[in-house]
Amino acid sequence: MGEDPLWRMGKVDFGGIQKDVSLAYVPEANVGDYVIVHVGFALSRVDESEANAVFEYLRQMDELLELKEGSP
Amino acid sequence: MKYLDEYRDGAQARQFARRIARVTTRPWAIMEVCGGQTHAIVKFGIDELLPRLITLIHGPGCPVCVTPLEFINKAIEIASRPGTIFCSFGDMLRVPGSATDLLSVKAGGGDVRMVYSPLDAVKLAVENPSKEVVFFAVGFETTAPATAMAAHQAAERGVKNFSLLVTHVLAPPAMEALLAAPECRVQGFLAAGHVCAVMGCAEYEPMAAKYRVPIVVTGFEPLDILQGVLMCARQLEEGRAEVENQYARVVRPAGNEHARELIRRVFEVVPRKWRGLGEIPASGLRLRCQYEAWDAEKKFGLADHDTPENAECLSGLVLQGRIKPAECPAFGNACSPEHPLGAPMVSSEGACAAYYRYRSRAPAAAPTR
Repeated sequence: MGEDPLWRMGKVDFGGIQKDVSLAYVPEANVGDYVIVHVGFALSRVDESEANAVFEYLRQMDELLELKEGSP
Repeated sequence: MKYLDEYRDGAQARQFARRIARVTTRPWAIMEVCGGQTHAIVKFGIDELLPRLITLIHGPGCPVCVTPLEFINKAIEIASRPGTIFCSFGDMLRVPGSATDLLSVKAGGGDVRMVYSPLDAVKLAVENPSKEVVFFAVGFETTAPATAMAAHQAAERGVKNFSLLVTHVLAPPAMEALLAAPECRVQGFLAAGHVCAVMGCAEYEPMAAKYRVPIVVTGFEPLDILQGVLMCARQLEEGRAEVENQYARVVRPAGNEHARELIRRVFEVVPRKWRGLGEIPASGLRLRCQYEAWDAEKKFGLADHDTPENAECLSGLVLQGRIKPAECPAFGNACSPEHPLGAPMVSSEGACAAYYRYRSRAPAAAPTR
């Protein structure tokens, strides 16, 4: 539908099932990106650099606890 | 699938649970405000992994559940009109109104359809110019960008036989209403990650400061929820009350500015009645007057009725986090997913449905699938 970014659509693969999804709200999304989709709209591009934050938090906390328990 | 399976790892989950037990010295009550989180907590047994000192309270985070009876009745009224195609998300079809539900209207010959996206309803309107096509726009800030786009596209293309029955609600005002209630037990919040993916985190700052309550923006996978609980417990133990973002891989501090812009253009903020919580100021969205030609309430001249809730259903107390689903006398007896008395037993995000599905039956009686 022309150049208007509000009409931009794209194919998103949901573990093997492809759906047409509106990309109106993620103009920065490119082919190969992972996006969060809700009722046919991509709402956010998954930030790869933050993807391991959950596991890093656990590791940092372990170090912190060891540090605390190691000190008098 | 990438970005899903790794956040469901059992060994890591137990690690998180051990850390939570180690930092927790006093009893704390933490509320999650998203039906998707409630579902994951009950499904994966996350509450059972936690130390006894931590209580998870399930908040009013199921959009279908908090939609008041008046709106269900209005939907049924519109869907019953001849020449109408009434479109809704599937969860809404079986929610009981005062006299009937949308599925029964369909069984009686009404054209009621389940759609995946509001844009599907706009498409139906274009394809069926002789019919009135109405979409039941239910949901939190997560769904509002989709509804805003449906209104925008219908206006741009001049689709005159399309309209929206809008009952959108906003999460932060409901959280604040719970905190302001004298009987409030909530000491920390897990805020809904996908709401914040749209709206950002800033609107929680004044609430965290005013009520001295930690608010951790949290995702939906088991490890996300466990990390959210750990971050919240650490704040509580250390006497901090800050807004933290556990879900940074999806939530940017400012949210999604493109979506917020269209929401602002299409909607205005209004007071809204919530099932179980009553009217909350500035807690709902309504189409702005430029879009009133697409406002189903105006188009069909629907009046407001004060509608009493079913007295047998205690969903109001469940939605306020004051009782757990199984404490309702009707739970599993008069009320089941096959014969629901209230919305939380219907929706997949409803606390009652989650407990019924994953907790109420002995393992031997569970269906083998």
